[in-house]
Amino acid sequence: MKKQFVIFAFLLSVVLITTSCAGATPAPPTKLTLMTHDSFAASEEVIAQFEQANNAKVEILKSGDAGAALNQAILSKDNPLADLFFGVDNTFFSRAIKADIFVPYASPELANIPDALEADPEHRLTPVDFGDVCLNFDKAWFEKKGLTPPQTLEDLVKPDFKDLTVVENPATSSPGLSFLIATVGHFGEEGYLAYWTKLKENGVLVTNGWEDAYWGQFSAASDGSRPIVVSYATSPAAEVFFSEGKYKEPPTGNVLGQGACFRQIEFVGILKGSKNQALAKKFVDFMLGTAFQQDIPLQMWVFPVNEQASLPDVFQFAQVPPHPAIVSAGKIEQNREKWIEAWTETVLR
Amino acid sequence: MISRLTGRGKPPEWRGVFSLPALLYLFPLLFLAIFYFYPLLSIFRLSLRPEGHWALDSLRKLASTSYYLRTLWFTTWQAAVSTLLTLVLAFPGAYVFARFRFPGKSLLQAMTTVPFVLPTIVVAVAFSALLGPRGWVNIILMRLLALDAPPLNLQYTLWAIFLAHIFYNYTVVLRIVGGFWANLDPQVEEVARTLGAGRWRTFWHVTLPLLMPAISAASLLVFIFCFTSFGVILILGGPRFATLEVEIYRQAAHLFNLPVAAALSLAQILVTFGLMWVYTNLQARHTVPLRLQSREAAQRWPANGREWLGVLANVAFMLLLLVTPLAALVERSFSVGQAGYSLGSYRALGVNLRGSITFVPPLEAVRNSLGFAGVTVMLGLALGLTAAYLLARERESLHALLDPVFMLPLGTSAVTLGFGFIVALGHPPLNLRTSPLLIPLAHTLVAFPFVVRSILPALRGIHPHLREAAAVLGATPRRVWWEIDLPMVGRALLVGAVFAFTISMGEFGATIFIARPQVPTMPVAIFRLLSQPGARNYGQALAMSTLLMLVCTVGFVAIERFRAGGVGEF
Repeated sequence: MKKQFVIFAFLLSVVLITTSCAGATPAPPTKLTLMTHDSFAASEEVIAQFEQANNAKVEILKSGDAGAALNQAILSKDNPLADLFFGVDNTFFSRAIKADIFVPYASPELANIPDALEADPEHRLTPVDFGDVCLNFDKAWFEKKGLTPPQTLEDLVKPDFKDLTVVENPATSSPGLSFLIATVGHFGEEGYLAYWTKLKENGVLVTNGWEDAYWGQFSAASDGSRPIVVSYATSPAAEVFFSEGKYKEPPTGNVLGQGACFRQIEFVGILKGSKNQALAKKFVDFMLGTAFQQDIPLQMWVFPVNEQASLPDVFQFAQVPPHPAIVSAGKIEQNREKWIEAWTETVLR
Repeated sequence: MISRLTGRGKPPEWRGVFSLPALLYLFPLLFLAIFYFYPLLSIFRLSLRPEGHWALDSLRKLASTSYYLRTLWFTTWQAAVSTLLTLVLAFPGAYVFARFRFPGKSLLQAMTTVPFVLPTIVVAVAFSALLGPRGWVNIILMRLLALDAPPLNLQYTLWAIFLAHIFYNYTVVLRIVGGFWANLDPQVEEVARTLGAGRWRTFWHVTLPLLMPAISAASLLVFIFCFTSFGVILILGGPRFATLEVEIYRQAAHLFNLPVAAALSLAQILVTFGLMWVYTNLQARHTVPLRLQSREAAQRWPANGREWLGVLANVAFMLLLLVTPLAALVERSFSVGQAGYSLGSYRALGVNLRGSITFVPPLEAVRNSLGFAGVTVMLGLALGLTAAYLLARERESLHALLDPVFMLPLGTSAVTLGFGFIVALGHPPLNLRTSPLLIPLAHTLVAFPFVVRSILPALRGIHPHLREAAAVLGATPRRVWWEIDLPMVGRALLVGAVFAFTISMGEFGATIFIARPQVPTMPVAIFRLLSQPGARNYGQALAMSTLLMLVCTVGFVAIERFRAGGVGEF
C-alpha cells in the first residue's frame, strides 16, 4: 500500500513539475498583459515594435467571447488578471462603466479620432476600431433567380424574399444582438416587434451563433440554402481576401439601406489596480497609433478609428454604411434584457 | 477483503482513519476540494450573496415564471430519451465487439470514438453536408423520388438533437458495456443454455443481469452528458430549445445575471447528485462478484452465417451513423475553396498569411493538445483509480456519499466553474488563473468521473475468493493488488485512459471559459479559423478537423495497444 501511494505521489509531482516548467517563460522584460476576447488578432511584427521600443513583453490573454471576457474582467476586479482590457463594445459599454473597472486615461492620439466614436467623456474607455453588423446577400443566388437583392430592412418582409433570411439569436450572439438593436433604432421601440412578427411570418430562420448561420445556412459560404445572412459589412472583403485568388469581386453584397446596419465600436481600457499603469498607457497610445491602426483591418476585419491610418486595397469591398441605426450605449444597457425577452416571445415562441 | 480478514478484533472505525487508505482518500478529495468545491463555492457566494445579503430580488424572477421549470423538464426528458436511444442502438454493437473478432475491428473501434472530440460546429457542418437541405441524402432522395423539394428536414428539430447525442455518446456505451462484456465468462451463458434455457431466456436472466453494472454506469454517463448538453443544443437544436446549461451560459456570459446563473447551476448539480445517489444505492445492491475471463478466451471469429450477419449489420450501422459524417468532413477538407481535390487547405494551415500573432502552427496545436491530453490521462487515471479502488472496498455508508460527490464535476456548468476559477484561484499559492496548468486540471475534473465509472464495475466484479486465495498463499496486500486487481482492471483502466484522452483532446468543460494565454490547442485553432469569413478559413478549419480526427484515431489505437505490467493483457 505504501508503495502505491508513493507511486501516485510521484506521478502527481512529475506531472505538476513538468507542466509548471513548461508554463514558465525565461525572465522577460516588463510583462504587459492584455486581456481580450477570442476574436482579437494583430501582427507579430507590429506587437514586436512595441515590445522593442519599450523593453516589454506583451502577453495576450483570451477569455471567451466579448461578453464572457468582460464578465471575467469584472469578476476579477479586486485582483485584475491583466493590465489592459480590449474589446468592450458599445453593447456592453455601460456594463463596463458601471462595474468601475477602468482608470481614466486621455491619450494624446485621441486628436486623430472622430469625436463621434468617443463615448466616455472621462476617457476610461478609448475607441480602437469600429465595424458594422449588416445583412450580406449571395450575389450568385439572386442573379440565378433573376431577383433584385434586398436593399432595406423593409424588403426582407416582402413575399419575394420569403424563407431567404437567416439571423442570429440576440440572446446568444453579438451580431444577433446588434441586428436586433438596428431594428429597434430603425423602427423605434413601438415598431420593432411588429417588424419581427412580419419577418417571422416571412420565414426568417434563427440560429444561435454567427458560425452556424454563416457556415451552416448561408448559401454563399456553405451547404446551406439561405442567401441572406446577418454578418458584417466587411465580410464581402474577407471573402475576396480568403478566396485564394478565386474572387476578384466579392461573391456577397451588403444591404446598406436606411438603418439596416448597427455600428459596433470596440474600446480599450486600463484595468484598475493593475501593475504597469505607465506601460499600459503607452500601449493605449500604441493601439491608437498608425502602425497598429493600419494592422487592424486585415487582422480583425473592422475599421481603424484613426483617420490617419490607410486601408488595405481589399477594403475597397468593405463598405461603411452611410446611415447605420443609432442607439445609445446607455439605452442598450437599460433595455437589453427587455428587448431580448420581447424578441424571444415574438420570434421563437 | 484482506484487511477485513487480518484486522479481526479491532474496531473498524479506528482503522482506516490513520491508515494508508485514509491517505489515499485524501488524494481525490483534496483535488476536488481545491479545484472543484472551492471555486464553485466562491462563485456561488459572490453570485448569491453579493454584498453580504442574499440576492433575492434577482432570484424572484426564477419563481415568477414557469420558463425555468419548463427548461428543467425539457433538459431532463431529452436527456432520458437520448440516453435510451443511445443505449438501444449501441448495445448490439457492444455485443459484437465483446464477443467476436473480425478484420478492421480496432480501427473501427477507434473511429467510433472520434465523434467525441469534434467541436459541435464541425459536426454541424458534417450533418449539414449529409442531411441538410442541400446534403447528399436529400439530393439522392430528390433524384430517386423525382421531388422538387428536399424531403428530409431535420434542421433545428428534436431529431437533430437526438441524432447528435447518439453520434457523440455511442462510443461511451460501446466501450464501457463492450469492455466489461468482453471479460464476462461465456461459459456462464453456455451453462444456462445446457440447462435448457433458450437464447432469450439466457439473455434476460443471465447475461443482462451480469451486465447491469456496466450498462448502468454507461447510461449514467450518457445521461449526465446529455443533461448538461450545450453545443449540441445551441448549434444543432437551434434557438427554440434550451437546456439548463444553455440558460446558465446565457445568464452568466451575456446577461451577467449571476444570481440566476448560480441558482440554475445549483439546480443542475442537485439533480446530478440526486441521480447519482439513487444510482449508487441501486448499484451497491446489484453488484455481484463475477468470474471474469481474459478477453482472449472470450472472443472468437464468427462461426456461421448468422453471426457474420450480426457482425456485418452492426459494422454497417456504425459506418453509416458514425463514419459517414466524418467522411463528409474529410471530403470537404480536400475540396472546399479548391478547384477539384487538392491538399491546398492542408498546405495553407502552415502559412501565416497575415503575420498574425494568433496564427497557430499546426504542429504546435497538435503538440499542445497532446501535452494537455497526456497530463489529463495521467492525473485522471491516478485520481480515478484511487477513487474507484476506495469505492470498491470501503464501507457502504461512506461510498454512498462519496460516489455521487466524485461524479459532480460532470454535472456542473462549465461557465460557472470557469468563473469560479477566476474568483477563487487568484491568490498564491494557488495563483493559477492564467497558468496553462489550469487547462489540464479542468479537463481532469471531467475525465476523472469517466475513469471512475470505467474501472468500478470491473473492480467490483473481481471475486473476493481470488484475493483471499492469494492472501492464503502468502501474498502481501500489495502483491495482491499488483497481481490480481491491477491486471484484472487493466482493460477498464485503458477504457478510462481513452476517455480521459478524448475529453482533453475535445477541449471539454470549463476551459472554454477560462482565461488562456497563448497555448492554442487543435479545437481552439478550429474555432479561430471559423470565426472569420472566407473559403480559405473554412477549408483550413476542415483540414484541422481532419488532422484532429487523425491524431485522435492514432492516439486511441496506441492506448488500446498499450501493454505493460499486466495492464491490457487481460
